Amino acid sequence: MTQPHSTGAQKAIEVKSVSKSFGAYQALKSVSFDIGSNEFFTMLGPSGCGKTTLLRMLAGFESPDSGSILLNGKEVVAIPPHRRRVNTVFQSYALFPHMTLEQNVAYGLENLGWEQARIKNRVGEMLERVHMGPMARRRPAQLSGGQRQRIALARALAPEPEVLLLDEPLSALDLKLRQAMRDELRTLQRDTGITFVFVTHDQEEALDMSDRIAVLGGGEVQQIGTPTEIYEEPVNRFVADFVGETNFLEVEVLETAGGEATIRTPFGLSITVPATGPTARGRATLSVRPEKINLGNQAQGLIFEGRIVNKNYMGGYTHYTLDVSGTELRASRRNASREGDTIPLGATVPVGFVAGSARVLAA
Amino acid sequence: MSISHDVKRYPGLRPLTAVFFLYLYAPLAVIVVYSFNANRVAGVWTGFSLKWYGSALDNAALVNALKTSLTVAAIATAVSTLIALSAALAIIRGKNLRFRKLSETIVNLPLLLPEIVLAVATLILFSLLDIQNGMLRLVVAHAAFCTPFAFLPIRARLQGMSLDLEEASADLYADRWTTFRRVTLPLIFPGVFSGAMLAFLISMDDFITSNLLATGGSTTLPVYIFSLIRAGTSPELNAIATLLILASLVLATVALLVAARGAREDAEP
Amino acid sequence: MTDSALHAPAETEHAPRARFWHDLSFWGLLPSRLLMGFALILPIFIIAAVSLATRGAHGGFAWDLNLAGYRQILFNEGWTGELEFTPQYLLIIGRTFLLAGATTVICLLFAVPVAYFISRQPPGRKAALVYLVTLPFWVSMILRVYAWMIILGKDGTLPRLLETLGFPAGMSFMFNDGATLTAMVYTAMPLMVLPVFASIEKLDGTLIEASHDLYGDRWVTLRRVILPLTAPGLTAGAILVFVPSLGAVLEPTLMGGGKQMMMGSLIQLQFGGGRNWPFGAAIAMTLMALVMIFLIVTSLRAARREVAP
Repeated sequence: MTQPHSTGAQKAIEVKSVSKSFGAYQALKSVSFDIGSNEFFTMLGPSGCGKTTLLRMLAGFESPDSGSILLNGKEVVAIPPHRRRVNTVFQSYALFPHMTLEQNVAYGLENLGWEQARIKNRVGEMLERVHMGPMARRRPAQLSGGQRQRIALARALAPEPEVLLLDEPLSALDLKLRQAMRDELRTLQRDTGITFVFVTHDQEEALDMSDRIAVLGGGEVQQIGTPTEIYEEPVNRFVADFVGETNFLEVEVLETAGGEATIRTPFGLSITVPATGPTARGRATLSVRPEKINLGNQAQGLIFEGRIVNKNYMGGYTHYTLDVSGTELRASRRNASREGDTIPLGATVPVGFVAGSARVLAA
Repeated sequence: MSISHDVKRYPGLRPLTAVFFLYLYAPLAVIVVYSFNANRVAGVWTGFSLKWYGSALDNAALVNALKTSLTVAAIATAVSTLIALSAALAIIRGKNLRFRKLSETIVNLPLLLPEIVLAVATLILFSLLDIQNGMLRLVVAHAAFCTPFAFLPIRARLQGMSLDLEEASADLYADRWTTFRRVTLPLIFPGVFSGAMLAFLISMDDFITSNLLATGGSTTLPVYIFSLIRAGTSPELNAIATLLILASLVLATVALLVAARGAREDAEP
Repeated sequence: MTDSALHAPAETEHAPRARFWHDLSFWGLLPSRLLMGFALILPIFIIAAVSLATRGAHGGFAWDLNLAGYRQILFNEGWTGELEFTPQYLLIIGRTFLLAGATTVICLLFAVPVAYFISRQPPGRKAALVYLVTLPFWVSMILRVYAWMIILGKDGTLPRLLETLGFPAGMSFMFNDGATLTAMVYTAMPLMVLPVFASIEKLDGTLIEASHDLYGDRWVTLRRVILPLTAPGLTAGAILVFVPSLGAVLEPTLMGGGKQMMMGSLIQLQFGGGRNWPFGAAIAMTLMALVMIFLIVTSLRAARREVAP
């Protein structure tokens, strides 16, 4: 039902060669991408990667130094925020403290010139939708973080915007609430069919909620793809490192052919693994996720030996740090049974991974 | 009995603070008590009387001085608050503002200079320009030295207000004027109110400038009281002073209650 | 739903938006610049010029530039034009600094313990006490000075009280520097307590406990933890009291009598009766210069303290 690649005619947002500098600091370097209609699109990156600047440009609070931004096919760079059919859920929620929840939700509708009766209906409907109906007459100061979050959502969704922008809306919530709100946001997006553009630095959130993710770093788009593409097929070291945990091994590419590369690992074995990007012969990086590395009797695929130099018992799984011929490798093992965590520190065990689960990246 | 070592407690502070508050209020209490003394010599108590209040309220010169003071203070407050508000908006919210620090210093200039210097400087200016209208002189001078007092609370309030709220308003289809009217102004109102109250207080209280600039027809209350004091202390003066102290306390309480309400509304649980 | 009107003409709106904020900076500051320019900066330039002018025959002044106004601060000009050194105005300048300094120190000595005590009270009582400190500030300054006149003056409260205690009758404590100082301290006190309280209130209580934990007694803690950390507030209070005290007019005029003048009352005297404007202007310029030097020195010292780690 959701299209991983918005290649169809329905593009909600087109960002074309957008650049922006603040003084000497270049926040965005000619960034381009499209966001499809009805998509849950996430901009993921560390702080300072330019994701918030991009979001503020979509809302109209910043304008690009060069490039253009199209909303449903129309250029919007020149349109001020109050005339863009785009609403924002602010990181701070930015609820008006002097207005009741009702008044907060009605505010946008009033400015759009809706009739009183229609506003009243819509406000009631939105408050119900976020389960805040009985609290309509309260003020923001009387709410908990999660409740504020809901009102901010109701207020931003009430005018039926073409695009909803969410600026790290879950960062102020505690862990349990955050998990619940993820599901609620996802449901809300499916039900309303509104394009969501979500900004976060939390890779777990991005993987969990998004149809597609754009990983941003250093003011550039590093990779755009579905959550599985981003996690399993990172195109470069930055993406592999920022999304999830991984082991980087310095390897030598012996031969490349048809998206695969034959490499020599530091511990002397030659294997053929999937490769992304232009991989020439010579030095490259091999990325293997810790959970793809199997230990002991579970070892399979390419097998070698390693010594356990550290272990961290986490309950559901255990993290191991291995020494493989002088190279450090991290592995994690699910504790599927009571006997799960039985490999002692200092033991030398068989270590293995399936060639297809590793990736060669340009060095 | 448990032994507690409250290291933050310094001995002797409680009696000292008590003496301090006694010192702060006793002089005012003396005026109030004397105002009810039937005897013309204030220091000699001969019985309770309200007669001095009667003669105070019948005093046409006093009523005129009060009217002058209220008029000057009202106009100066309105002018200085508007000027301070627009300056605060420009300094805190204006973009691409060069010389921000200097612009702020200009608004705050009256705080940096001794009032007597400003007063005589303005006197010279008005006499060079041959501006003889006492009211006009007072309003211009008062508006100038009241502006920083109006400015500081407004500026603090505006600075404390998150830009997010104004952006949220713009995001919800409000144009700049609507945003100012419905979001910015209501939220900085406690600051505007405190600023206006302070400006009003400073104007009403001013003696140095008013004494030099006032002309025959524009004697303000402090200038009039000064002339009464010069003529010798009198029980009638005590009655006038008591009434003014009472008015000040009421005004102060209202101002502080409004400020406290503003602070409470902001408080997030 | 699509409100196509909302997408409507926007071609030209972007640039003007930036310009609007730029305009806000300009138009928003224009009124304050006009008012301060006319009622403050222009008069300061004029008074600087007048301080160099010549005293007019019938009050006022004539544009005949010389340094007579400033010379008069130090010298008395005899009939034949000979200059004779006179310390009387230097004494007034000295008294001004002495009284303003004494006012500041006395206010500080009161304010620090009182503010500390208030800051340790539970929230409700704390708010009430702060309110009580603020309250007298709202009472007209002239009335606050007047209160001390009827306390200290002849037939005043204090002489009467002393009389009943057996002291000789008819004592007066008015018309001396002590009386001026009493009124100055009284009028300035709230200005000192509030900033001092604000900075003591912000002081993290665990720092005091940490000091005691590290074997510091109350005195050491006060000297090495509390005072250094609240120094900015104490400085702010000191400036707030010292600067207006230098320009005091009411206190020396009413409490000090005609003889015990300060710079403020001296300036007022020169303009009050239209007696000697260039001389008054010269004193005013001197006062302003001294205040400016004081403010610049304090702000430089504050800046240096901020730079230091």
